[in-house]
Amino acid sequence: MASVLLPKGTIRIIPITPVDEQLLASLPDPLESAFKLPAAVEEENHMDPSFAYDLSRTQYNSTLLISAFLDRWKGNEGKILGVTSVDLFVPVLTYVFGEAQLDGPIAVVSTYRLDETLYGLPPSPKLAAARLLKEAIHELGHTFGLIHCHEFECVMHSSTAVEEIDLKSAQFCVACEGRLRGKVEEMLPGVER
Amino acid sequence: MSAAAEKPPQASILIVDDEAVVRDSLTKWFRQDGYRVESAADAVQALKRMNEGPWDVILLDIKMPGMSGLELLKQLREIDRRTAVVMITAFATVESAVQALKDGAFDYVTKPVDPDHLSHLVANAIRQRKLSEENVSLREQISELAKSDEIVGDSPQMKKVIEMIRTVAGTDTTVMIRGESGTGKELIARAIHANSARRYFPIIPVSCGAVPETLLESELFGHERGAFTGAQYRRKGKFEMADGGTIFLDEIGTVSPKMQVELLRVIETKQFMRVGGSEVITSDFRIICATNSDLEAGVRAGTFREDLYYRLNVFTIFIPPIRERRTDIPPLAGHFLRKYAVAMNRPVSGISSEAMDLLVRYDWPGNVREIENVIERAMVLAKPPLVQPDDLPFQLVEKQPMPSGGSLAAVERAHVANILQQTGWNITRAAEILEIDRVTLYNKIAKYGLKKP
Repeated sequence: MASVLLPKGTIRIIPITPVDEQLLASLPDPLESAFKLPAAVEEENHMDPSFAYDLSRTQYNSTLLISAFLDRWKGNEGKILGVTSVDLFVPVLTYVFGEAQLDGPIAVVSTYRLDETLYGLPPSPKLAAARLLKEAIHELGHTFGLIHCHEFECVMHSSTAVEEIDLKSAQFCVACEGRLRGKVEEMLPGVER
Repeated sequence: MSAAAEKPPQASILIVDDEAVVRDSLTKWFRQDGYRVESAADAVQALKRMNEGPWDVILLDIKMPGMSGLELLKQLREIDRRTAVVMITAFATVESAVQALKDGAFDYVTKPVDPDHLSHLVANAIRQRKLSEENVSLREQISELAKSDEIVGDSPQMKKVIEMIRTVAGTDTTVMIRGESGTGKELIARAIHANSARRYFPIIPVSCGAVPETLLESELFGHERGAFTGAQYRRKGKFEMADGGTIFLDEIGTVSPKMQVELLRVIETKQFMRVGGSEVITSDFRIICATNSDLEAGVRAGTFREDLYYRLNVFTIFIPPIRERRTDIPPLAGHFLRKYAVAMNRPVSGISSEAMDLLVRYDWPGNVREIENVIERAMVLAKPPLVQPDDLPFQLVEKQPMPSGGSLAAVERAHVANILQQTGWNITRAAEILEIDRVTLYNKIAKYGLKKP
């Protein structure tokens, strides 16, 4: 599918269907604040993930989704964040909240395990949105070369359980913020942000 | 953000698996954790890599063509016995796992691996190796208090609080923080944690009063999949997440008698089971709790267990209300002004002396939290460069002098009038301060003919 190539220093959020549109719509503004880069939801070019479905696991292979994004957006210089409501895995792990290319252009996140009702608790769309934002910033952070941070409140702290996502904030710690700004400056020299 | 945790030196992981997809996934996953990661597809490559070591952790597939993982484990252990080897298998037979453990494996996992389990397993393996290798404990001497930026105040009372934090932080003593609403009890808890040997692990806050009674047990102890309707996945509880760190139980006075029994047991044994589970979980946590209620009265009335009270009330830090340390008001106001000037991008650089005078004379029933709210509001209204009296939500007027030698009614009238002035005729807040209900307050206003200015 023909896609308009993204320029450097832009973030494009691409729905991987099915996806909760309300949750999706909550992302661009806070992502812009976090990265100080323009972020927008892609109106077209949504991705159908059926090719990445694993029948035996009844989950979707996130590594295959990333490969598909790379193929489709060849030559792209911006950052792409795929967002989906389906459950994701990488082959050796039982599940992932998301996956990203370290210092690359693509990240994907799933809202599936961020939903309180999955744990038998009352629904909380606000909490789901807060969790999605943290995971989106986290995975996009990886695409800017950031690795996991030892600060428990930093958004780059690793979370392998949903309660750990709740523990961290949606902000970068001073050190990660510095590394991110350095990366953005490297990408867009001379642009004041 | 809390005081920076120093980053440990980069640990190394060697992944040995004949499946490329497993090697690639794990390599990528652990690199994002900041580990140095290499991989090997077979025993020959693994032994070569091993000699290029040392490695902190080896993830070793138990079933590989050629030399089996179990055989390779023995050879790897001959090269470096300190490396923690975690066996990975898709065929989790008890026999092979037990044999691997007998042969010195650190642990084993089954493919596909729960990422939460793997992450903690590898972190534990590395921690154990580092501890045994360097014979260092995390219980370092705290030479200088890493004070949270948010703890502002130079009054003698706050200096005493900071000194108490310094005294207790390095110990594992249970701490009870007491103080009125809005005095910053959680900040003090965080400062204690940040200055303790537990600072590399999380502090887990639990607002006991905010969690419905029916959910508190699951919130604190976690639950297993299927523990109740709709629970499709396991959830870890706050006590489990606090392993190695600190659990901060806020509003401890609101906990029901039933939960008090549960709390007492977990505090004494450091063990519990998730709701719907049978596995006994052991967690190494420190307890800091806080309350603004009169626990002693609760004990006397039988609503708060005496044994739990004594368990929790070991070392008490009392945070005085703002009205008892007015010299802290200017630095606090300045702190919040700078904070909101940056957040709102407003070129307001200070507070006029008239406005500051009002701030210092006001009694602040909502304490530091109220100062923050007032300054945040003032930052919206203020015309740069200074915050002026009109930007403040209260019109502080001179206190009515207490009648000397007058009747009880005259003293009550003056006191009610003072509180109303102090709160800007906010009936709810004034009633709270006077500890009477709003209807009674309205009756007193009518009785004494008080008029809103």
